[in-house]
Amino acid sequence: MSHLTIGNRLEKNVTAQSMYDRSNSLTSGHRACQGCGEALAARCILDAAYIATDGKVAVINATGCLEVFSCVYPENSWQIPWLHSLFGNAPAVATGVAAAFKRQGKENVRVIAQGGDGALADIGMGCLSGMFDRNDDVLCVCYDNQAYMNTGVQRSGATPAFSRTATTLPTGDYLGNDVQTGKNLPKIAMAHGIPYVATASVSNIHDLEKKVAKAIHLKGARYLHVHVPCPLGWGYPTSETIKVARLAVQCGLFPLFEAERGKVIKSTPINAPLKVEEYLKGQRRFAHLFGKNASSDALITLQNIADDNIREYALVGDPNE
Amino acid sequence: MNKPFATVLDSATSLKNKTGSWRTMRPEYVTMLPPCNATCPAGENIQQWLSLAQEGKFREAWEVMVKDNPFPATMGRVCYHTCERVCNRDQFDGAVNINLIERSIGDIAIANGWQFESVPETKNKKILIIGGGPSGLTAAYFLRKLGYGVAIYESHIKLGGMMRYGVPRYRLPGDVMDSEIRRIIDMGVSVVCNRMVSDIKTEARDFDAVYIAIGAYQAIKASLNVQEGSNTIDAVELLRKLEDYPSSLPTLGKKVIVYGGGNTAIDAARTVLRLGAESVKIVYRRTINNLSAHDTEIHEALEEGIEILCLRTINTVEKGKVLLDIMNYDEENDILSKTEQTDSLPADSVIFAVGQSLDKEILKGTKEISISEHGVIEIDRNMMTGAEGIFAGGDAIMGKRTVTHAIGAGKKAAKCIDAYLQGLEPSVNIKNPAATFKRLNTAYFPQNPRVNVSRLGDISFEEKNISYFDQEIVDEASRCFSCGNCFHCDNCYGYCPDNAIIKYPDGSLEINLDYCKGCGMCVAECPCGSMKMTLDE
Repeated sequence: MSHLTIGNRLEKNVTAQSMYDRSNSLTSGHRACQGCGEALAARCILDAAYIATDGKVAVINATGCLEVFSCVYPENSWQIPWLHSLFGNAPAVATGVAAAFKRQGKENVRVIAQGGDGALADIGMGCLSGMFDRNDDVLCVCYDNQAYMNTGVQRSGATPAFSRTATTLPTGDYLGNDVQTGKNLPKIAMAHGIPYVATASVSNIHDLEKKVAKAIHLKGARYLHVHVPCPLGWGYPTSETIKVARLAVQCGLFPLFEAERGKVIKSTPINAPLKVEEYLKGQRRFAHLFGKNASSDALITLQNIADDNIREYALVGDPNE
Repeated sequence: MNKPFATVLDSATSLKNKTGSWRTMRPEYVTMLPPCNATCPAGENIQQWLSLAQEGKFREAWEVMVKDNPFPATMGRVCYHTCERVCNRDQFDGAVNINLIERSIGDIAIANGWQFESVPETKNKKILIIGGGPSGLTAAYFLRKLGYGVAIYESHIKLGGMMRYGVPRYRLPGDVMDSEIRRIIDMGVSVVCNRMVSDIKTEARDFDAVYIAIGAYQAIKASLNVQEGSNTIDAVELLRKLEDYPSSLPTLGKKVIVYGGGNTAIDAARTVLRLGAESVKIVYRRTINNLSAHDTEIHEALEEGIEILCLRTINTVEKGKVLLDIMNYDEENDILSKTEQTDSLPADSVIFAVGQSLDKEILKGTKEISISEHGVIEIDRNMMTGAEGIFAGGDAIMGKRTVTHAIGAGKKAAKCIDAYLQGLEPSVNIKNPAATFKRLNTAYFPQNPRVNVSRLGDISFEEKNISYFDQEIVDEASRCFSCGNCFHCDNCYGYCPDNAIIKYPDGSLEINLDYCKGCGMCVAECPCGSMKMTLDE
């Protein structure tokens, strides 16, 4: 037996995802690729929000994979109130929806804005920043699959260093996406001093659900950044989505933490950090970093990024403590 | 219809879109055979009773144990637990303490007086069991459960066989063994002790079938010179006398040599130490790695101060000393040869434990029962000897001579006798494929290293009480990986991006092939390897 699994036969309802009658906010028949991390994360987050609010939740979706695969006219997969407007304006629309609910005296209906890293780090960054700035009563969820997957895997502001995308093809001395570019969205959110910022991984449903349940009831602007591996864009077998997500956490490249008003208050420790190679080597987008002619400098750089995260977010307890 | 501008179709749910058509591979639930179950000589369903123990359902766990083995408290002490050696958790952070859990639950059963159900003799047929050791008693238990009448003829003054006359009391207390034997007898087995059978055929007349479970009590004589005035005894005889006639034990002196390398040699050596010998040395002809005794036994003997002298054979036993030949052993080709060198040791007495064989006396009148070149009774695949309706098992047949194997043989014999009396072939158990370590996803099992519990206490005939308390049983049982058997962790259900797994209120799961796209995440994240991908039709 284990307490890390989604359910436990000796305890009922340890997670929303283990409940036989969970709400399935995103139902079957959607057109996400096999093994989609984003589809899974969306259901987990919205089911958890549904339980926490007793069904009083509305979702504003940006354009992107999640929107495209979930509503193909005239069908759609959403079993909760859901609205789509444009690629870049989901946080702004959510602001308006929240204001409308307030005007109607329905502040108990909680509003979620959600989109991919393209919609939030690049195209809708202005709207997102404005929503944070005004401290609007919205929880914004970013499903980070680290590129524009819907349109054919182009680089986004959240694409990691050395990653191969359609627009950062490694050739000659060029080893894929540049280092020291891109945007760290959780830190940008924290810089706004909003009440709550957290990161989560689809490989840790317990942690993910706890953060949603906490964030959904806080007042003001909140931000949840979820790491959702993409088998198609990252190039790994469809069965390995959870494994890849888990390795990203365990090597320190994707730290799990919570911050309030711009300060990190808690991080999820990793007991024995893995080398970044363990995470990278299974993915085709990093395949050029391995093999005969590969330079080890890139791997060292990525390892340094992971090590910095481990220090910055205190992911490994001090053995002397 | 009045539709909004530019809207042609009625809105609908995506449930109309059966994404199962994308699939080329499909997941399925499977049950695999865990290594513990696969290796258990008594055929216990260890994984299943560990699962019940996790839930604190000790009675139910015990019921599962006794489906295959009527001696849990005994086995929890004397079994050499091959299950732990093959436990998949051994490759992670140490095997589950299966043996100690079995012992602890067996003790709970004795303390609470749990009994076997008494079944009426519906079959109207009687079976004679010759020999009331673990194999005979186990056969009696299963045959009584099936509704047969059973009589046991035992040549010793008490039942128990090698459990009583081979295993010393510091390993198996008499009251534990007696409680478990009585539970079987209370099912309505007629027992005659001190009853030597000399002619099987005559005895068999009153019965519909016979099970020969006479064990192997005759000590094999080593070929060596024993000079007059020297003090020697066979290990089996020593252990038997100690049990039945402790006052008639010979004086062994202060310096004792035990000759042999099996479990009996170790048992004899540790017994002699408890009888007051000052120095006990085991003389063995091969190297320490070749000792056939169990590792735990060897380790405990060494801890107690027993010396093991390897690559030595006894040439001559003289009064007060033994003369030894130093041997050379070519391990690769298994060739043992004498060297020119010799050695000698002071010895007040010498105990022989070089092996035991079958007492062939009782088989004399029955020519149809043949003895193999290895000196054991020959049986067919249904455990029947050459004589119609006469079966044999336990130490008297070819195979490993442990209590666990004897129990396994008794269970199988009962099944074969039942099939024979009904004129059927015994049913064949179809085994599931092996649940290997490779199939597990250990990311879901936090490190929780095995804690070894030492049985070593004072050097006395009292057993050290190491049984787990209730919560300790639950905690240790919870270390089980449940290899190849679903333990309802809901990972498949929770991780499916397509909600293609249905969970019912009772916790059971089903794959919804209408929507399953065949990504394989459920299979990859199954902690215990009880799912697999197969080609879609």
